[in-house]
Amino acid sequence: MQAIITILIAGLFTDNFVLSKFLGVCPFLGVSKRLDTAVGMGAAVAFVMVVATAITYPLHAWLLLPLGLGYLQTILFIIVIASTVQLIEIFLKRYIPPLYNALGVFLPLMTTNCAIMGVTILHFTTGLTYFEAMINAFAGGVGFLLAMVLFAGVRSRLEGNDIPKSLEGMPITLIAAAIMSMSFLGFVGLADGLFS
Amino acid sequence: MEKKNGLWSIFTRGIVKENPVLRLILGICPALAVTTSAMNGLGMGVATTLVLMGSTIAISLMRNAIPDRVRIPVFIVTIAGFTTVVQFLIQAFAPALNAALGIFLPLIAVNCVLFARAEMFAVKNKVFPTILDALGMGIGFTAALTMLGSIREFLGAGSLFDIPLTAHLIDPMLIMILPPGGFFIFGLLVALSNKLDKRPQSERSSGCAGCPSRVTCKNFETAKETAAEEVKA
Repeated sequence: MQAIITILIAGLFTDNFVLSKFLGVCPFLGVSKRLDTAVGMGAAVAFVMVVATAITYPLHAWLLLPLGLGYLQTILFIIVIASTVQLIEIFLKRYIPPLYNALGVFLPLMTTNCAIMGVTILHFTTGLTYFEAMINAFAGGVGFLLAMVLFAGVRSRLEGNDIPKSLEGMPITLIAAAIMSMSFLGFVGLADGLFS
Repeated sequence: MEKKNGLWSIFTRGIVKENPVLRLILGICPALAVTTSAMNGLGMGVATTLVLMGSTIAISLMRNAIPDRVRIPVFIVTIAGFTTVVQFLIQAFAPALNAALGIFLPLIAVNCVLFARAEMFAVKNKVFPTILDALGMGIGFTAALTMLGSIREFLGAGSLFDIPLTAHLIDPMLIMILPPGGFFIFGLLVALSNKLDKRPQSERSSGCAGCPSRVTCKNFETAKETAAEEVKA
């Protein structure tokens, strides 16, 4: 139980994918302008992260490693993620239309999202079990959603402010992200402190 | 002369005018994550350039054989293949760099810069211009990462390429090599490059054209709006 809570807190706060590991920065900056798109994108990332982990973990641990083919990891994972995303899209469109309407437009963007690819590889570099990896993917996805939603709020406040000309657009967004990242630094040690 | 100028501009535009990191805002995940020191920035830049050269040359050679409808999967597999090759080379010859770059080495496979060059240039052009384009973009990427890494290392650790400069004179600002410093310095660099760019907004190139997801983006208005406003900004 303690291990699970530690993983959850790390994924949500201390090791947040966007703000402390720099994974998935492109969608974080690109689609955080409005709250509704931010929520859609964040939820799609969380969903695909869990599904991609559920598929890639057994493939790597029980197929590639026993056969000594660990070096195929990068190629295999990217193909699996790309095709899984396609399948999820078709499946949702056919069987769960409401969910498709909410997440559909974001799904094709997942293939080149380094957060998805990153989370599936990180499970092996940090040596998690299958169950822990699923929890980690879920926590990481929800952490991404949290960062997106918070940042969408920050950006709506930036709108219509008097910003120096050369800082308009991307630079001021990055500086706002820096301040938010700094606030997330405040969570460091939270997981350790909880059980000591 | 006309032709020579054309090739020269293909080579140079990736370095300044269409710098992938500072102007097109592509591939920012590795640009922010590994630039805690100048050396790491340089190493990441060189690794990405190698993958970029290999994969765009291969794609350019295969351009007549790739059916248009499956080009994205072909790009994905080609780029992932070259990423694996470069990953092995670095593991063998530069283990320290491999440890420093960590997960961002395999993640070159999902770097938007590579897709952008494959989609916008390699698939439409002959091999020689493709090599120049990839080399120019690679040098631009490497230069931006090294610059970002140098500034962060100088401010955050008081050294440059691991040579101590001001570390014993003043306390370095540790925050600059932590994640917030990455966002902050990168934001300031983009602002500086906006300031130096004399071209009007409309003439500046947008990174969206090279994104493999742009077809999807165009389907919903918010992303279109965001893309049009943000990437140009």
